Amino acid sequence: MNRDSNAYTFGFAAAMVLVVASVLAFTASSLKDLQSENVRKEKMQNILSTIGIETDREGAEKLFNNYIVEQLALRNDGSVDETVDAFSDIKLAIEVKKDAKTQRFPLYVAAVDSATYYIVPLRGSGLWDAIWGYIALDEDRNTIKGAVFDHKGETAGLGAEITQQWFMDRFVGEKIFNTSGDLVGISVSKTNNDPNDTDKDDHEVDAISGATITGDGVSDMIIERLQHYLPYLKATPADLAYNN
Amino acid sequence: MSKPKSTKKPAIFFVAKEREPLFSKKNRGLLKDPLDDNNPITVQVLGICSALAITVQLKPAVVMTLSVIAVMAASNVIVSILRNAIPNRIRIIVQLVVVASMVILVDQVLRAYAYDVSKQLSIFIGLIITNCIVMGRLEAFALGNGVWKSFLDGVGNAAGYGFMLILVAFFRELFGSGKLYGYQVIPDSIYEMGYENNGLMLLSPMALITLGIIIWVQRARNRKLIEKN
Amino acid sequence: MDFVNLFVKSIFIENMIFAYFLGMCSYLAVSKTVKTAVGLGFAVIFVLSITVPINYLLDNYLLKPGAMSWLGEDYAALDLSFLSFIMFIAVIASMVQLVEMIVEKFAPALYGALGIFLPLIAVNCAILGGSLFMQQKSFASIGESAVYGFGSGVGWLLAILAIAAIREKIAYSNVPAPLRGLGITFIITGLMAIGFMSFMGIKL
Repeated sequence: MNRDSNAYTFGFAAAMVLVVASVLAFTASSLKDLQSENVRKEKMQNILSTIGIETDREGAEKLFNNYIVEQLALRNDGSVDETVDAFSDIKLAIEVKKDAKTQRFPLYVAAVDSATYYIVPLRGSGLWDAIWGYIALDEDRNTIKGAVFDHKGETAGLGAEITQQWFMDRFVGEKIFNTSGDLVGISVSKTNNDPNDTDKDDHEVDAISGATITGDGVSDMIIERLQHYLPYLKATPADLAYNN
Repeated sequence: MSKPKSTKKPAIFFVAKEREPLFSKKNRGLLKDPLDDNNPITVQVLGICSALAITVQLKPAVVMTLSVIAVMAASNVIVSILRNAIPNRIRIIVQLVVVASMVILVDQVLRAYAYDVSKQLSIFIGLIITNCIVMGRLEAFALGNGVWKSFLDGVGNAAGYGFMLILVAFFRELFGSGKLYGYQVIPDSIYEMGYENNGLMLLSPMALITLGIIIWVQRARNRKLIEKN
Repeated sequence: MDFVNLFVKSIFIENMIFAYFLGMCSYLAVSKTVKTAVGLGFAVIFVLSITVPINYLLDNYLLKPGAMSWLGEDYAALDLSFLSFIMFIAVIASMVQLVEMIVEKFAPALYGALGIFLPLIAVNCAILGGSLFMQQKSFASIGESAVYGFGSGVGWLLAILAIAAIREKIAYSNVPAPLRGLGITFIITGLMAIGFMSFMGIKL
């Protein structure tokens, strides 16, 4: 058969498409459950690590169910949508593209010993692709207990350093509201002048050299996401009890 | 000692030919040349994008090198096996599909069974598929040569690429952050004397300049490579 | 106008070569003369301007999670994004094969001069990068994605034109022999990249 004839070319192309499509589809679908399990457990791991609980993936589910006492799907006005499961139903990547009025904002409430923490998921853009993370707030809903970041494709050694503990630790103790009560978030700043991060009232952390745009992405996603939680963050405990 | 060329066997997968020893001089050349004379990055000018992005630290450079060796060996072999069957008009697409499918397959399997490893490699997936070296060697070699030679060529070029990657990453991590493979090597006493890490080394422009200097040194030692005007 | 902003941004602030360092292989190898550089640059513009909008359509009506809802309610849950890579590459490779056939027929001298770098446009990280960035940026319309594709191509052309012009000039300088050609080009590109860093972070 002539290799360059139209018939052969089409036939080869069709055969190749069939083989590749079936192999990839088969692999993707048979491995899907295992993969989603891994992703689910990693999500639990990340949420737990913002409140200082480190665990491997195996023990993550048990500890998660232990410490996370509430999983809320909030509306833009702060009320709770009971029909939505915050952990499984809300895929942040899609959710952030929706209009603020239809979006549901997940919030996890954790109880560790006698302390309560509030964990907010974040999602934004870095230099190359998406970045995301979780931020845990103390009982005052102002001081940061811990933060966890991750990314899809930032540069190894530069933007990818947001996943390093030394960067995430910089956020501990910083405050998201200023003294006048306005939500200012946390700025990843190059002009910080506080490389050891001793000043916890400046609402800034030191940036990573060479990762300006990723750092800006982190600052942007913190303020953008948190502003949707303002009704909840500013509510008094009495209001919260009423909502729940 | 030579077998006559068989004219009866179907030409698609098998052509009986002269037995060349597995590691003959030519075959060893396939492994050695890309390390210097025919280096993919500094001579063939392929694989530059990843050489800039992955070389901020040594660790990703090593991971990338190992991944590229595996991908190139496998894709060179597959395309070489199929070389007589691929229609000329769609050969680029076929090559790309072979590489892309393989990389995606590996990624899917890792994500299910070795999630942590896959997280490290996921950023590289895109960079490997579009790595000009993989495509370049498929076009230039695997399409016209036998399976064993293509395998050697793939491994050799990937090793040459890896060598350059590790060299650039060595200097960038050392001067850019004072560390090697994550471990601090420049002692604190030097920092106290006033030495500062060269932040610009962490950025891609310096990778380009570092490569330029490496080429300078390489061509000064290997005069054959000097371009004639 | 938003299109003009997007156009200017994709040429200077998000220049494929100097900001993202994509498409370097062909950029460095084909910039010996301005003529071949311009030829390759136009090929890149052509491929980018066509593949980015096509991939935009593919992404929005086929690949994105929930994209298939135009077919019917039950398809809304489908998420084919794991096929993005391969579909984008297939579109790009087909376009490149088309370009290769056109160039071979109408400009055989250019075809010979470009050599292996014409088929390598298919794996030119800039082209795939264009489509992947488009996917990430979620443009509002196909028009925006077309402007983005076209602008990125123009930025790439500008970059390769600049370096080719410089290389033609330094052919008359006394560059040390081992540095001649590729070596000095790397260094010059590095310096130009440092220059372009001044654009980084500008918000239009």
